[in-house]
Amino acid sequence: MSERENILGRIREALQTKAPLPGSHTAGGSTTHAISDSPAAQAREWLPLVGATPVEQIALFAKNAADLKADFQPLASRADLKPALLRLRDAENWQRIASHQGELSSLAANALGLPVLWTDTGYDVQAMEQCDAGITECDALIAQTGGVAVTSRSAGGRALSVLPPHHIVIARRDQLVADLPAAFALLQQKYTPDFPSMISFITGPSRTGDIERILVLGAHGPKKLTIFCV
Amino acid sequence: MSSFVSQFKAAASVKTADLRHRQVIRTALRSYEVVRDKRKASFQSWESARQAAAETKWEAVNHLDTHLEALTAKLEARGTKVHWASNAAQAREIITKILQDKKARSIIKSKAMTSEEIHLNDALEKAGFTVVESDLGEFIVQLRHEPPYHIVFPSMHLTRGEIKELFQRELGDAPSDSPEDLTMVARRVMRQKYLTADVGFTGANFAIAETGMISITENEGNARLTAALPKTMVTLLGIEKVLPKFADLALFLPMLATAGAGQPMTCYNTMYSGPRQAGEVDGPEEWHVVLLDNRRTELLADPEQRDALHCIRCGACLNVCPIFRNVGGHTYGTTYSGPVGSVITPHLRGLQDWKHLSNASSLCGGCTEACPVKIDLHHHLLHNRRNASTSEPAFFERLSYKAFGLLANEPGLWWLAKKIGWLTQPLQKLVKGSALDPAKAWTKTRDLPPLPQETFKDWWKNRKPTQP
Repeated sequence: MSERENILGRIREALQTKAPLPGSHTAGGSTTHAISDSPAAQAREWLPLVGATPVEQIALFAKNAADLKADFQPLASRADLKPALLRLRDAENWQRIASHQGELSSLAANALGLPVLWTDTGYDVQAMEQCDAGITECDALIAQTGGVAVTSRSAGGRALSVLPPHHIVIARRDQLVADLPAAFALLQQKYTPDFPSMISFITGPSRTGDIERILVLGAHGPKKLTIFCV
Repeated sequence: MSSFVSQFKAAASVKTADLRHRQVIRTALRSYEVVRDKRKASFQSWESARQAAAETKWEAVNHLDTHLEALTAKLEARGTKVHWASNAAQAREIITKILQDKKARSIIKSKAMTSEEIHLNDALEKAGFTVVESDLGEFIVQLRHEPPYHIVFPSMHLTRGEIKELFQRELGDAPSDSPEDLTMVARRVMRQKYLTADVGFTGANFAIAETGMISITENEGNARLTAALPKTMVTLLGIEKVLPKFADLALFLPMLATAGAGQPMTCYNTMYSGPRQAGEVDGPEEWHVVLLDNRRTELLADPEQRDALHCIRCGACLNVCPIFRNVGGHTYGTTYSGPVGSVITPHLRGLQDWKHLSNASSLCGGCTEACPVKIDLHHHLLHNRRNASTSEPAFFERLSYKAFGLLANEPGLWWLAKKIGWLTQPLQKLVKGSALDPAKAWTKTRDLPPLPQETFKDWWKNRKPTQP
């Protein structure tokens, strides 16, 4: 018999005895109520409250992003994107950047007048490591957490959003969702049954507290996260 | 007495008297409860969320076979190779074989308690591979050749000064003792390792049966890089990590972050559903997922304590435990320390060898209250005590309870015992805590209260009735 069958066999044998439901102290499984098929389905009612209007949600996103030490810049129009990016380029003296083809990411990457490493047809990781910023699109902005959701398909692969020291996200305003359940529902609807091999919820720039629990940004991933919303 | 209990006692008596250790742990946890409570309060209902999380885990664990079959079918459909390991030796063998087949030399690892459980690093190093831990805390304890101190904060027992000295000695690079500078040293050291490692190794926080995904929670970005750059990826996880639905993560991710570190969300929560897919630009060409039993099915077979498999390894019960805070993580001598470690280790490694951990508890219930998935931790410590004494009763304990039962049932004998106690108590002072003292385990560090001159019964009999 294979190990798979051995393990599944032991599991089935063990499960012949019922366990008490959570919250009861007695064994024997004599409980009368059954748990629902999906107990977490009402998560929205218990998670932190999010306002109903777009104005409230964008304000909450801005507050949460600031708490996470991410830089959130809502822009009035696409025309404002170029000057905002140029300010960052000059302030941090960028020499080269990495990005992927996309309506917004291409617009942003081409606006900088710098050499661009495009990830779309494969790339050299050492070259990406030398880039000063990685510019990606995303799938969602989540008001409840101040974070963004990216995937290997929407954000130029797995490494682009995490290898360069500054991650720039260019999002559309209509990508803002209220909460985590909405973000998961959106991803599931958009990608089922063919999910990208990586989905990542990025909530602030990389951080660690492993030395005396003191917060340090940029542990292994980006030290800075800037989110433009157009 | 087993060697494990004597080791525990020896290490505990050193650590509890170590004021410096106490200070370091106090510093490390000083803000934990404050930020955790702040985050809990931001939930509309933390209690309802806990109940739902507990029920979701109950559903997952009590239908584990079907969920695991769904998980593996989905994973395999997208080109992931799934392996099953009944025990630690099999898991080590499977992983070593994968590395040998890939002719790998260097492995970059992100944090995985399961790899500590099977002593993977030792096995791989003996087989000639270079293994580097990429999580900062794990990297620090790896340089010190010691196991992680805490399942979430591996290096919380060390000060910045000690870490500076360590980096100076082992890496030849430590500009100052500021956490910022030291973190940047580790970042520089690790960067090239990500780019050149042959294999990336990760653990997992959750596995999703519905969609065939492994979910990894981290703050540093080290697991993201580990899963992005090397050509081969290996993931080791316990079979109990499974959750039924993709959307369950919308509840579990913020709860894990809140209970574990008082964060609204951990910085990176990443779901992997396969190796690099057609049309994708990077990611591993091969992904191996190793499912580990290692006696989890023994725990599953105990319906009374089955909910201990709900554990999401957030570390909340360690952080609040007065025993953990005083004896420290290494004293346990186990992979999983603190209350949850004391509950599960007897199942994973033998009740008689590890039953002493269930006595290392004040039964205050702080752990049960802190647990985001409502594991009945302090009652399980009592269950372990009961099971241990039923399966192998301690002679002296049985004798003393028999004697007590006899005295308590016979008023005459009880009276006599009181008189004898009253007469002999002054003598006990002379031998207190010495080899002659029959109760020295207790009295070495504690005073017995003096027996009262007058018992309650005598007082009741002799009291003068007062006028209302």
